[in-house]
Amino acid sequence: MANKFFVAPSPHVHSAQSTRSIMRDVLIAMLPALAVSTWVYGLDVLKVSAVAVVSCVVIEYLIQKFLFRGECTVSNLSAAVTGLLLAFNLPSSIPWWIVVIGSLVAIGVAKMTFGGLGRNPFNPALVGRVFLLIAYPVQMTSFPAPVVEGYADALSGATPLAAIKAGVPVEDVDLLSMFSGTIPGSLGEIAAAALIVGGIYLLWRRVITWHIPVAVLGTMAVFAFFVALADGGGARLYQLPAFHVLAGGALLGAIFMATDYVTSPMTHKGMIIYGIGIGAVTMIIRLWGAYPEGMSFAILLMNAVTPLINKYVKPVRFGLATDKK
Amino acid sequence: MKTFPIGGVHPSDNKKWSNTKAIEVMDLPDVVNVPLGQHIGAPATAKVAKGDKVLTGQLIAEASSFMSANIHSPVSGTVTAVDMQVNGQGLRQMMITIKREGDEWLPSIDRTPQLVRECTLDSAAIIAKIKDAGVVGMGGATFPTHVKLSVPPGCKAEYLIINGVECEPYLTSDHRTMLERGDELLVGVEILKRAVGVDKAVIGVENNKPDAIEHLRRLIAEKGYGVTVEPLKVQYPQGGEKQLIAAVTGRQVPPPPGLPIHVGAVVCNVSTVVAVYEAVQKNKPLIERVVTVTGKHVQSPRNLLARMGTPISKLLEKAGGLPEGDVKVINGGPMMGRAMVNLDSPVTKGCSGITVLDGDEARRGVESPCIKCAKCVAACPMGLEPYLVSKVSRRKMWDRAEQERVTDCIECGCCQYSCPANIPLLDYIRQGKQTVMGIIRARAAAAKK
Amino acid sequence: MTVLLSTILTLSVLGILAAVVLYFVAQKFKVEEDPRIDEVEKMLPGANCGGCGFAGCRGMADALVKNDDISTLFCPVGGGDTMKSIASYLGKAAPDKEPMVATVRCGGVCDKRPRTNTFDGAKSCAVVSSLYVGETACAYGCLGYGDCVEACVFDAIRINPETGIAEVDAEKCTACGACVKACPKNIIELRKKWPKGRAVYVGCMSKDKGAVVMKACKTGCIGCGKCEKVCAFGAITVENNLAYIDPQKCKLCRKCVNECPTGAIKLVGMDPLPKTPKAPAAKPVEGAAAKADAAKPAAAAIKGGEAGAVKAAPEAQAGSSAEKGAAEVKTACTAAAKNDSVKEQK
Repeated sequence: MANKFFVAPSPHVHSAQSTRSIMRDVLIAMLPALAVSTWVYGLDVLKVSAVAVVSCVVIEYLIQKFLFRGECTVSNLSAAVTGLLLAFNLPSSIPWWIVVIGSLVAIGVAKMTFGGLGRNPFNPALVGRVFLLIAYPVQMTSFPAPVVEGYADALSGATPLAAIKAGVPVEDVDLLSMFSGTIPGSLGEIAAAALIVGGIYLLWRRVITWHIPVAVLGTMAVFAFFVALADGGGARLYQLPAFHVLAGGALLGAIFMATDYVTSPMTHKGMIIYGIGIGAVTMIIRLWGAYPEGMSFAILLMNAVTPLINKYVKPVRFGLATDKK
Repeated sequence: MKTFPIGGVHPSDNKKWSNTKAIEVMDLPDVVNVPLGQHIGAPATAKVAKGDKVLTGQLIAEASSFMSANIHSPVSGTVTAVDMQVNGQGLRQMMITIKREGDEWLPSIDRTPQLVRECTLDSAAIIAKIKDAGVVGMGGATFPTHVKLSVPPGCKAEYLIINGVECEPYLTSDHRTMLERGDELLVGVEILKRAVGVDKAVIGVENNKPDAIEHLRRLIAEKGYGVTVEPLKVQYPQGGEKQLIAAVTGRQVPPPPGLPIHVGAVVCNVSTVVAVYEAVQKNKPLIERVVTVTGKHVQSPRNLLARMGTPISKLLEKAGGLPEGDVKVINGGPMMGRAMVNLDSPVTKGCSGITVLDGDEARRGVESPCIKCAKCVAACPMGLEPYLVSKVSRRKMWDRAEQERVTDCIECGCCQYSCPANIPLLDYIRQGKQTVMGIIRARAAAAKK
Repeated sequence: MTVLLSTILTLSVLGILAAVVLYFVAQKFKVEEDPRIDEVEKMLPGANCGGCGFAGCRGMADALVKNDDISTLFCPVGGGDTMKSIASYLGKAAPDKEPMVATVRCGGVCDKRPRTNTFDGAKSCAVVSSLYVGETACAYGCLGYGDCVEACVFDAIRINPETGIAEVDAEKCTACGACVKACPKNIIELRKKWPKGRAVYVGCMSKDKGAVVMKACKTGCIGCGKCEKVCAFGAITVENNLAYIDPQKCKLCRKCVNECPTGAIKLVGMDPLPKTPKAPAAKPVEGAAAKADAAKPAAAAIKGGEAGAVKAAPEAQAGSSAEKGAAEVKTACTAAAKNDSVKEQK
């Protein structure tokens, strides 16, 4: 027989998902937000994104080729995802060389020093962002005003969160423009609606589960609700939760950053604990911290807790659960 | 609609290739090789020697212990050898080789197609008949049926669950059996109810076989069989014993050494029930079974009623031969079946199908690093953490593997199926499970001393 | 100034407090241990290989110090020298064991043992052997996935990519036995180590009948028994269609090597006897036997004899493995064939 026989232990079939297909889905899910951002800020957005993606991919390739001297795995697109996520956390006006430095930190320091894909304890894109935030605070926090027509300059170049921090009452913030994205901010975080569309796509493609985003956003909303309640209630009871869920990096963080596989817990229970932690820490930083936004720090902090969660939060074992009936 | 509580995956079922093909009787082979170990437990002891003449249905090997099963001659003819032969996995196994001469059956076997519904035997007599006929679980696990039916002291059976789930992709032998041998199946269920002394009997059928559900329900309504049909939501591995019990009763079998009987359930596969009917009502031992021969590029997929010992290559020939190029021939379905290297190996009691995967499907993807996506954790129907269990097994950390409950694994393959990094999770978990079970047994033996 | 003073004061007090606490804790949890254990541990090679049966060198040292009779304890890595010096340090009788070397009893190189299928699962001998026969039709031979390589902490065994089977570097091998345990096919045996890497052994484990063996592998033992008959020392037994050469009885006379019709009996580090054995064939036998006797590490001559053997081994081994490679390797099948099973990731 001319057949070549293959043998392997069962199972002999495999789902259609691969690391590459998952990463591709994440990239696709980020496109709506990228499009809205380009509409709001112009072509600078694409420039920053392209620089970030290309530099991340090139840096990963060079490290694997010349430092690890091993197989090159840039084709699994994980470096591209890191690059785009990093770009999403930067203002569109940032100089290109800062983007490259951010990529170097993200891929070189946060990812490859730990052994590459799957081994990094912290989200590489966020490490890159936080490094830049501390190293280049001015460039990282000066956001250009949207170039889109009809932009009401109510907040004059400050992000909604910075405005609140500066004492603008939440009632004065235009929630609708926060939803559509015509506000100042990092290029990927402004378009709440587009981010939600991306999130729904990821859920539909079974790339992520609902646990982390819902836990993060739910915790933030509940937290804000109680803060508003303590503040005397009124219209703020719904305005403040809505504001915090839409503002800053909340949606970007909850849907794209916190759900990063490598740095999030393995069980659904663990994911919920992790999400609640992120939500709570973010709100604490936003309300009482020195920075207007705390999403990055919250996620990095909970990344550090992830191994602990994995160790102690185990799935429900079959047959050990108490009888339901 | 009911299903099991934790995990599960949805592989494409690929049953369309053969689920409309009626069961055909396979041509009798000229030579059969009958392995002595076709079941879980001790291999049977050969009762014939070279040169002996045997009749179809004659006992040729006897159960060597309680956990063993009788084996009968699938054809009539002359024994030409009782010796080591190469099995489907290429390993050496004791087999009885019989050269067929005609097809003369033992006179005690009732070969008429007449349905015999009346059964007045008591439980012990039924179980004895099942034991004599060498009936074992035909879903693939090949657990001797008489052992399963012998309810241990202190336990009480409440449910008789008939496994018509057939959750393995591609396979359709149980589906066709339900459609074409419904009456025998339902009489068999009534016999089994007598045998284990229960009044609740449920046939669990996955919802992708609406014709079987409807057919059985109609027969039950027409003839008043004491059994219900429970449609189940399609999800792999629903046909796993523990998963099926959980789906039907909501009860979870405790981890090993927990048994289904500890939650009051006895589970039998539909083909097994038909074999029970034949054994008890027709005195017919288990010498033939329905084998699905299927695959995307198999010319004419079929459901064949083949005698045990028929070379699998003959079945493949009947289905139009293997497709060109790279192939993987699987004894069983693609989720839990075993890949074969020797196609001349015989059909055995546990062989529910021959699945042929070809081209890209025959090969596995390249392994890449674990990205901790947690898909395996979500997919595991036993609530384990496959990535972790596999990792510690790979590193031979047996203590840790035991702590992480490696022995709970049912080897369903959901973890590896869902792994986007193509990590051979189950390969290592299976290894860990075997080793840890050995350690546990050794410890128990040491404790006894 | 007061700030500075108070700072210094506070820190000093804290430091003293901590020191006191640490002192008492150290006293409380102090473990009294025989100082000789440390000394013995230093004398052991420190490989922590487990070849002695203990989890590591510390466990071995502990046992050596505590047991009065240490004749059952032996460090295969350090060998007789180490054991002797430890024994003299402890004032106990030294155990005496002759040096051994791991031997891979399979000759099923690629061109002798055709591949019948391609394995696509986890690359582990244990996984493969629990599943099926392996990539060839031989159910007893080396699978070539290197569980033994993984088990070896001395880098003494490797899978030759050209032959697809395991190869022992006799120089590095310490006979710790880790590979013997790791091999699911029980192919590896610890055999007596002759000087200059010399060895005669049956390179086959197949218990199949001759015809089945021949089908699977051209160099398998078919159990014909010719070697058994020719052996003058009664060293060879054939059981279950498989010959076995007792390393204690074998004198390396090499008669069996010429007799074997399939080349299953492997000869390493020596030239084969001339093809037409004449009467004086006894001469080399005597010579070999005499040499062997001389080199036999008797307790008295252990130092000199062994040092010589170890020194001689590298060249001999290097030479022999090169010879072996040239003689047996005709196709570089494994590496290429293994790679083409790899599927492009979608």
